[in-house]
Amino acid sequence: MLSRRSLLSGAAAGGAALTLGGGLRPAQAATLTIGFIYVGPKDDYGYNQAHAEAAAMLKKMPGVKIVEEEKVPETDDVEKTMESMIQLDGASLLFPTSFGYFDPYMLRTAKKYKKVQFRHCGGLWTDKDPMNTGSYFGYIGMGMYLNGIAAGYASKSKKLGFVAAKPIPQVLLNINSFTLGARSVNPGITTQVIFTGDWSMPVKEAEATNSLADQGVDVVTMHVDGPKVVVETAERRGMYVCGYHANQAALAPKGYLTGAEWNWITVYKMFLADAQGGKALPNFVRGGLAEGFVKMSPYGPAVSAEARKHIDAIKAEMMKGGFAVIKGPLKDNKGALVVPAGTAYPETAIQLESMNYLTEGVLGSIS
Amino acid sequence: MSATANSKATAAPAAVAGAVDRSYPARRTLEAVAAPLAALLLATAAFALFLLALGKSPADFFDLVWQGAFGSWFSLQNTLQRAAPLLLTALCVAIPAQLGLVIIGGEGAFVLGGLAAAVAALPLDGVWPPLVQLVMAAAGIAAGGAWIALTGLLRARRGVNETVASLVLAYIGIALFNHLVEGPLRDPSSLNKPSTWGIGDANMLGPLPGTDLHPGLLVGVIACLLCWLLIYRTATGFAARVTGGNLRAAQLQGLPVGRLIIAACALGGAFAGLGGMIEVAAVHGRANASLIAGYGYAGILIAFLARHNPLAIIPMAVLLGGIGAAGGLLQRRLGLPDATVVVLQGFIFVAILASETLYGRIAWFQPRGGR
Repeated sequence: MLSRRSLLSGAAAGGAALTLGGGLRPAQAATLTIGFIYVGPKDDYGYNQAHAEAAAMLKKMPGVKIVEEEKVPETDDVEKTMESMIQLDGASLLFPTSFGYFDPYMLRTAKKYKKVQFRHCGGLWTDKDPMNTGSYFGYIGMGMYLNGIAAGYASKSKKLGFVAAKPIPQVLLNINSFTLGARSVNPGITTQVIFTGDWSMPVKEAEATNSLADQGVDVVTMHVDGPKVVVETAERRGMYVCGYHANQAALAPKGYLTGAEWNWITVYKMFLADAQGGKALPNFVRGGLAEGFVKMSPYGPAVSAEARKHIDAIKAEMMKGGFAVIKGPLKDNKGALVVPAGTAYPETAIQLESMNYLTEGVLGSIS
Repeated sequence: MSATANSKATAAPAAVAGAVDRSYPARRTLEAVAAPLAALLLATAAFALFLLALGKSPADFFDLVWQGAFGSWFSLQNTLQRAAPLLLTALCVAIPAQLGLVIIGGEGAFVLGGLAAAVAALPLDGVWPPLVQLVMAAAGIAAGGAWIALTGLLRARRGVNETVASLVLAYIGIALFNHLVEGPLRDPSSLNKPSTWGIGDANMLGPLPGTDLHPGLLVGVIACLLCWLLIYRTATGFAARVTGGNLRAAQLQGLPVGRLIIAACALGGAFAGLGGMIEVAAVHGRANASLIAGYGYAGILIAFLARHNPLAIIPMAVLLGGIGAAGGLLQRRLGLPDATVVVLQGFIFVAILASETLYGRIAWFQPRGGR
């Protein structure tokens, strides 16, 4: 069992052993120092902001000191950032929030600082990894399905657009969920997907959004690190837009329908309570809408009463648990049957984590 | 005429020489050190004003820069680790620069060198690790060298502007890298972060004894020293500098200008490719998007700051590494955004580049008397 005090003194001792020169700040017994590391800017209206907002809430709680660092690349830089937080700031709990921080950087640092707790956002932890590490993640695909329903009601052209970073399983699940949500309203709807190739490509994201508008797409959504550019461009082009990661309503007061947001404060509060209560932190944590890991943005003015009713009803079903967006019979966009009739994958299904297809109704290809 | 005829020289006892100005080489070296140092001080002073305008204490700021970059063994290692890849990518700019070429596409050679190294290790499962590492290094050097040599070839044989060509080739190189890593060379188990297969723990380069630093630092320093010898102490280096000084004169002397251009580009690219190999073999263990971290571009700044002198690359890389290492601490302690250190870097770069104009302007540093 780890108590907060032993965590801190352990971190201090570990730090002192490894620091040959000075520079170590004595850890204060009364406060728990937590380090947050972001891959991009804290105010990106997206992935990083979702974490930074939760960190800001955590900062207000008693007995906590938060140290933050933004724009840390997924290289050995992040190892040095973690070590610096441990050695110079006395951090005893670290949240490296970017997916690519996990292997080998966080694992390597965790082996070196066994008394410090590391919890990584991305859901990669297995029981072969060090016990002072762990991961947490949220099932946000359900939120994308609800986005899709909102888009299905709002679209007049029946053409939706999706600006995506890379064709990896997480992104494909979001594209497919969005499309299936929209097609549950009107089976004639299609989603044109454009891959930009990387997580933060503002110029390409703007080009992609503009080209979607030129093709007659009237509702757009995205899976990139910072949705700001897509949302602003969509608003300027008179399109509707569904948000992702954080609430972007302020960027598109007219066209913002709703959005699938992370609600990381639930997770961070839970870890904090365990650390302060002297309990061992869990190694593997996941949750969706029902667990409060994910939430929806408030409806924008363009969402009709009928759409709201429909979304609220589906959301209520999701909250009960067991709801499956990906269920058979399901064909991919080349006509092959990917999920046979009678098979359903709820959000927790492991099969969803190796998704390698676009469903029927998605225009675009993975390779 | 005696050197003492120069009024300022009376202050320098070393200058009281005969007709030959023996202390000139020493003064010339001093000039090369004094100019950037003065620029650094100026930039620091200007940045202090900027901080005051933001309502932050410059004293706190510089204290934290010291703590974060050099103040402890941990901080110093942090700085040196960040400097390591930059030593090699800066050479990719500095070597072709001897011929007057501005090559800015080192990033492409760096990532392709890393990819080639990772791929070269795959069929060698179970082979003696030092041999695997040697093959990896050779692959990285070959890929990086070939990539920049392509720019040299276009320049020498077709007169294509090497700056634009190398930049565009860097974009192509990165696109090729992404295509291969996300396609044919992808390890299918790397679901959400596409990567090649790992090179295996046994084949990883361990840290330098007694430190956390990977051998890239040592390789980089040795490479800089060797390049300095090549440029300033060999006939080939002299030929390259003649070409850079005056292309027509070099051609009239019958120097093989075309071959020199291609060779310098290949050598520069080889160092960048080796940098990529070390990044894979010492840090990542596989090739993936983490390699595209901008080291190739940071190398351009360092080479220009060092005035393309390989020896000066070492302190400049350490300076940049130190600013990077301190950046995190500044964010955490002063609540300054990450962009603050970029502003500081900007001040320093502008000041040091502007200090170029000081060379030859201060009489004390100039040759005196001699015939």
